[in-house]
Amino acid sequence: MKVLTGNDLKTGAVTWWDGVQWSLHVEDAVDVGDHADAIMAREQAAQRVNGPYAIDAEKTADGVRPAHIKDRIRALGPTVRPDLTLKPADPEIGNWVI
Amino acid sequence: MSDTLRFRDDQAADEPAVSLDAFLDQPEADSVRIEAGEDVTLLFPHLGRVRLVEIDFPRFRDGRGFSTARMLRETGYKGEIKATGDVLVDLVWFMRRCGFDSFAPNVAFDPAVVEASLARYPFVYQDSGDAAVPIWALRHPGLAHG
Amino acid sequence: MYKYDQYDQAMVDARVEEFRDQTRRRIAGHMNDDQFKPLRLKNGLYLQLHAYMLRVAIPYGTFNAVQMRKLAHIARTYDRGYGHFTTRQNIQYNWIKLEQAPDILAELATVEMHAIQTSGESIRNVSADQYAGAAADEIIDPRPWAETIRQMTNFMPEFSYLPRKFKIAVIASKVDRAALRWHDFALRIVRNEAGEIGFEVYAGGGMGRTPFIAHKIRDFLPTTQIFSYLQAVLRVWNRNARRDNIHKQRMKILVHELGQEEFSRQVEEAFTHFLSLGQDFPQAEYDRIAAYFTPPPFEQGLSEDLDLSDPAFAAWVRLQTVAHQAPGYAIANISLKPVGGIPGDISADQMDRVADLAERFSFGEIRATHAQNLVLPHVRKIDLPALWQELRAVGLADANLDLVTDIIACPGLDYCSLANARSIPVAQKIAERFADLERQEDIGELKIKISGCINACGHHHAGNIGILGVDKKGTENYQLLLGGSGDEETSQAKITGPGFDEDGVVNALERAVDHYRAVRQPGERFIDTYRRVGMDGFKEAIYV
Ligand code: SF4
Repeated sequence: MKVLTGNDLKTGAVTWWDGVQWSLHVEDAVDVGDHADAIMAREQAAQRVNGPYAIDAEKTADGVRPAHIKDRIRALGPTVRPDLTLKPADPEIGNWVI
Repeated sequence: MSDTLRFRDDQAADEPAVSLDAFLDQPEADSVRIEAGEDVTLLFPHLGRVRLVEIDFPRFRDGRGFSTARMLRETGYKGEIKATGDVLVDLVWFMRRCGFDSFAPNVAFDPAVVEASLARYPFVYQDSGDAAVPIWALRHPGLAHG
Repeated sequence: MYKYDQYDQAMVDARVEEFRDQTRRRIAGHMNDDQFKPLRLKNGLYLQLHAYMLRVAIPYGTFNAVQMRKLAHIARTYDRGYGHFTTRQNIQYNWIKLEQAPDILAELATVEMHAIQTSGESIRNVSADQYAGAAADEIIDPRPWAETIRQMTNFMPEFSYLPRKFKIAVIASKVDRAALRWHDFALRIVRNEAGEIGFEVYAGGGMGRTPFIAHKIRDFLPTTQIFSYLQAVLRVWNRNARRDNIHKQRMKILVHELGQEEFSRQVEEAFTHFLSLGQDFPQAEYDRIAAYFTPPPFEQGLSEDLDLSDPAFAAWVRLQTVAHQAPGYAIANISLKPVGGIPGDISADQMDRVADLAERFSFGEIRATHAQNLVLPHVRKIDLPALWQELRAVGLADANLDLVTDIIACPGLDYCSLANARSIPVAQKIAERFADLERQEDIGELKIKISGCINACGHHHAGNIGILGVDKKGTENYQLLLGGSGDEETSQAKITGPGFDEDGVVNALERAVDHYRAVRQPGERFIDTYRRVGMDGFKEAIYV
């Protein structure tokens, strides 16, 4: 699948396009098919996202898994500070990245 | 021309600026356009007949034009120096300090932002060939400056 | 330490208001990110992997307890309770919100700090010897000149858009603790035969994807001509550098392409011209600035004796303290490299404690080093036991300066949007592998430097052992390099051969270290052995 990610303009937080708006959670990301450019242009013009780009991802049993490690780290947070990731309670979560 | 922001009282040159090559070939031309990367020193022997030098910024990240302008002023050239192209309003103060005295950017400036930018910094740290007195000279009023 | 007067304060305050206005225009949609990006970068604000990142300048690595407390406050209030000291003696915060960035700059301005020109295509924060003003071997304190250069190069109109970044370093000793020749422009303060102070000038160094070691371009420059000389160098580069390929625009490329002689000739020509304009800063201004750097009131007749019966304390004294120019005093290094920790990271609480300790033991002064550690520059030897106890209480008493676990590592793929691979986990694994202090001391001085991509923020080219993260078909891969150095015998590390995965590179590094121990001669450091025996033997040992 193709999903869209970017950062929130004001906070810088990593966001994912959920079909209606930008979510903090990669699980919410939807397949945009070939509408990536149109959505990005519209959302960027409306200041709702900063530096959006489209990536390949895969739908798995535990949600959406970006194809590249960089986007998996973006989706989670720094692997060396599990306490600062989006899943601080899960000690094994670092493995999801690799 | 209406979108040119000008900091001069004299009459603007009415002939359009010609390329540096053309200018060197045309003894009657008085306005010349310098592209980024062109060597402004080629113009130095002819400055007596120049009224306007346009310096183009193909992209705002290309800062060669700042040196071009300041080098012109360092020769004593008193005519107009106009910045054209991709010029950012946030750089106008720096450009003024390098000797630019008119601006014809691709996208017209917001006059309120220009005014705020030019008024922003109360002092300068160093000489840049303009009239501003650097902070070090303010700190040592007894010392000659310039 | 330098103190702002009304002029410095007015400039920094104006900068805050300018950035507040620019941020407002960006959030209101009057500027797109292409236009805003260079403006935010000139204020140290990046968009990184997880959020905005703010890099705060610590000019020439010198700061004080009040400033450190403000840095702690910012970490707590605007970030997530910590900061990261970088290889350029700056500090950066990883979780900044754009809408709060102007407020942070305003807070910094209240303690005479800023983020001006800490990134983007600008003249960056000047770096210097972290022991300046304390080192036993310096001929003069280099910081007054570093501060003068800071003022010369802030808001320099002609160089508003340089081809690339421009990094300056200043030192004043034979021993180079600032990686001088890895800078675009570097000054070593020397004394000529007549006994006058001047600069030995180097230009064209830099790491990144095309590393070059700076050439000496002048043996002696009178100090009061530095503004003319600097303008000459910048103008030659600004006018002549390529503008069509971002990877070929650093000054090192121009120096290389023109050749050092032709580059120097053009600089000298421009220098003569600038001298004739009479724009140099006068000696009186340097003297005014230098007056702020008069040494603190060192006590006389202090005892040099130390009770070293506690082996842990003895190790800390042996490894973390350095000779001071004043009798009875020591320079104390604070390691930010605990085994298993993140190189250069420090929590807000630790920052506050370091501030307290600086006030109690070091005239309030602190230094940041390019090796991502901290220094209390002026500690009475009799205070070392108390200082060590206090550091121990907050987890800052590790003893490993310049040893195998004192690893420089850039943030890598855990934080950096340009990264190919993570750096920090590799550093952590190496440190855990070599945690035993006896083994570390047996290995001796060994500088490991890790970068998560070719940009080389982790200085891998200058590592006795360097590690470079690369992307191998979407997985992290690491190249091993040997033989680099950032000291007075500067050298560039060479790649050993094919890369490794994360565990593989740690194993390979250990084999290199074992080979060194097997073939070293008495008194040889790792780098000495490498220089004597060359790459081949190491290669064989690594790729068994
Ligand atoms: S070396 Fe690369 S990965 Fe490391 S901080 Fe620099 S740009 Fe980022």
